[in-house]
Amino acid sequence: MTKPVLSVRNLSTSFLVDGQWKSVVRNMSFDVAPGETVAIVGESGSGKSVTSLSLMRLLAPATSRIEGEVMLNGRNLLALSEKEMRAVRGNEVSMIFQEPMTSLNPIFTIGRQISEVLIRHKAMSKTEARAETIRLLEKVRIPNAAGRFDEYPHQFSGGMRQRVMIAMALASRPKLLIADEPTTALDVTIQGQILDLIKVLQEEEGMSVLFITHDMGVVAEIADRTIVMFRGDEVETGPTEEIFHRGKHPYTRALLSAVPKLGSMQGHDWPTRFPVLDAETGKPAEPVEVADTVVLSKRPVLEVKNLVTRFAIRSGLWSRQTGAVHAVENVSFDLFQGETLSLVGESGCGKSTTGRSIMRLVEPTGGEVALDGYDVMRLDTMGLRQMRKSVQMIFQDPFSSLNPRMTVGTAISEPFIKHRLGTAKEAKEKTADLLEKVGLSADMASRYPHEFSGGQRQRIAIARALALDPKVIVADESVSALDVSIKAQVCNLLLDLQQSLNLAFLFISHDMAVVERVSHRVAVMYLGEIVEIGPRAAVFDNPQHPYTKKLMSAVPVPDPSRRGIRRGISNDELKSPVRAMGYEPPKREYREVSAGHMVQVG
Amino acid sequence: MPVYIGKRLLVAIPTLLIISIFVFSLQKLLPGDPVLAMAGEERDPATIEFLREKYRLNDPMPIQYLNWLGGVVTGDFGISLRTNQPVLELIGQKLPVTIQLAVMAMFFAMIIGIPIGILAAVKKNTWIDYTANIVALSGLSIPNFWLGIMLILLVSVQLGWLPASGYESIFVDPVRSIQTMIMPAFVLGNALAATLMRHTRSAMVAVLSSDYIRTARAKGLSPREIILSHSFRNALLPVITLLALLFGELLAGAVLTEQIFTIPGFGKMTVDAVFTRDYAVVQGIVLCTAVGFILMNLLADIAYVLLNPRLRATI
Repeated sequence: MTKPVLSVRNLSTSFLVDGQWKSVVRNMSFDVAPGETVAIVGESGSGKSVTSLSLMRLLAPATSRIEGEVMLNGRNLLALSEKEMRAVRGNEVSMIFQEPMTSLNPIFTIGRQISEVLIRHKAMSKTEARAETIRLLEKVRIPNAAGRFDEYPHQFSGGMRQRVMIAMALASRPKLLIADEPTTALDVTIQGQILDLIKVLQEEEGMSVLFITHDMGVVAEIADRTIVMFRGDEVETGPTEEIFHRGKHPYTRALLSAVPKLGSMQGHDWPTRFPVLDAETGKPAEPVEVADTVVLSKRPVLEVKNLVTRFAIRSGLWSRQTGAVHAVENVSFDLFQGETLSLVGESGCGKSTTGRSIMRLVEPTGGEVALDGYDVMRLDTMGLRQMRKSVQMIFQDPFSSLNPRMTVGTAISEPFIKHRLGTAKEAKEKTADLLEKVGLSADMASRYPHEFSGGQRQRIAIARALALDPKVIVADESVSALDVSIKAQVCNLLLDLQQSLNLAFLFISHDMAVVERVSHRVAVMYLGEIVEIGPRAAVFDNPQHPYTKKLMSAVPVPDPSRRGIRRGISNDELKSPVRAMGYEPPKREYREVSAGHMVQVG
Repeated sequence: MPVYIGKRLLVAIPTLLIISIFVFSLQKLLPGDPVLAMAGEERDPATIEFLREKYRLNDPMPIQYLNWLGGVVTGDFGISLRTNQPVLELIGQKLPVTIQLAVMAMFFAMIIGIPIGILAAVKKNTWIDYTANIVALSGLSIPNFWLGIMLILLVSVQLGWLPASGYESIFVDPVRSIQTMIMPAFVLGNALAATLMRHTRSAMVAVLSSDYIRTARAKGLSPREIILSHSFRNALLPVITLLALLFGELLAGAVLTEQIFTIPGFGKMTVDAVFTRDYAVVQGIVLCTAVGFILMNLLADIAYVLLNPRLRATI
């Protein structure tokens, strides 16, 4: 075997917390060969990002301790002086990060930020650096590279900023690129572009890549070898195929079984629970198909007709309206009792605004919404309050959607008490009952949110939403921020609740694989409009609209045999639904593909 | 940019009008009739009537306001009751004194507050940070007048290094002018420095923990480049807003400081005018201060735009 570029031995990192050293990463040992891609995969708190920051020695020296050996081409990075280390960073080893929106300095031009690396490490003059920077911008396929040199980060989209970060990382032709969740914050079609770009550039430059991610789909697509981390330990290392097909450690198997796979629902008629494996024992649980819960015989609990929501854009000294964001444009659908309808799409497609408009949390511009017998658009303030008993929301971020100063019990019982549905004693009983229902115990009611994990908090948010016995639950990216194993459990909980309480879910998500698992019907949104809607099996197995197809093909599938597939380098950007004044949306026609499967034409 | 400034100045006009109404009603709301005071002991009805006619006090209130406003716009702020000088002339004499004091105080505040703030942020949670904190806290807690008096006692009386009081125009004798102003400016700047230091520190701490600073470190830049070029300009944005707001505090502080060091400035004039019910002067001062405040905020906004490319695009 060729001599590795990076060789890590017994890397351990501890943080100083309240005067005590707490170990976060223990005894990591791995090699990265020249030209190889190694992925470190794990859930939050597994220590994967800390590992990458430890290699670069980017942790605060006062509160962290790194032990072991990090050999880069025969030199131990941990033994270098800070000054010598600076000559390694951005030169021999470069890094790209998760958040392209915040990883670039907002007050410097992107040209300057890239040139800086060249001036610092390659001793180039400003003019030389400028020419080289433009070459790099072209290399990462930024259109009109020379013209964009003097632009600021805010003038670039998320995907383009990540390209700028990559250009910056490649500037000094590093031997190793550390990519820390580089596509996690990006939309799925943009993620596909960036992954392809990294693969192509890796071949062109012949560098090694250490890829840190939580996404098994991304791992399968990009990594030659994979390291699985669990709570600070390296639990398993091996070629990616081995890990995926013959993973030995129970945690590896648990992790993989919890991963939603696009296309895994073929042959299933109804939403199916995730098989949740015990991370300690690896004992499997058979995925249970949920019985048919949809009640088609009654009137739908939610009927939406021609819903339109636009936001005015004002500018100039007198704030005259100069345009509008057509966030939701002529959206119509029904939702039956016991049914899950998913709204999928990328950022800015209007899926969240649709959810909010239905509850009139944002004021729609036009259309009709009938919810559980209420004519939502004509309700006054009192009527709205009554109506909101029938529809409740669960949000994305379980950390910020619970008031940190309110006990969990108070939070759950508050809607019940505010709507005067019963006495304080009844509220207490109700709260205890709800906590049990969402898989927590009744005595947790007196605790505060910070005492719970992310998954537990999301359960609490679900309990709170159930407090008013709603008919419809709008779940806005409710499982997107959760780790895979937690995500699987919360999805299972939602399916169980649907079965026992006959709930209707409007499930808003960008995650195609989860949507496939939990939905009865799916609506694909693009630029504020529904471009395709139909039964889950019909939309996923027989997508008709070009955008639906594009979305599906961009989803990384956790199957290592698909490694090396290319989508073809593209740099399409997400389009924006911002329109000038006086814009009239064209009349849309829909074609029926099969029963209930409609696709927009023209 | 000139268009932006022009627009901003246009927007300032309604603000100034509102302030002028407030300033005008000030004298109407205060108890006591200036005519009665002027008419003397006898309060002869004919004299009173004559004075009321002369000063147009019999006109309806809005007309009186418009008359007064017309004067103000053309530079006629009225005559000081105490010195019989035109108010504008009085302000013209005193304003440069206070501007000099304010600029020097700001200078002290910045050279003390900003570097210590940066240092405290860089050395967060070390003894340097804690010491800076204690210094800032004492700077805030020590009253201006006490520090002023102590400085006079030490520097002027004991050591005899600087004059204890007085004022010399910077155009007449620059050296002596600066000598007389050092102590008052230091006293005045000291209190602001503490506030400035705390804000610089928190702004720098936020910037230093941001993702783009992590990027800069991952690029292999030196701490010097990271702190001075990548962090400081970002941290400066909230500090600039603060500086414009501190300007008001500076004027308030000048009232006291000028008293202690017997500097013939704006602050001293304000105190004198208020005590002698010299309304024309008080009105002039308030309007002048308002204009100064608006200009300072405009300057802050321009600096903001220059520093922040995001805003540059919107104007």
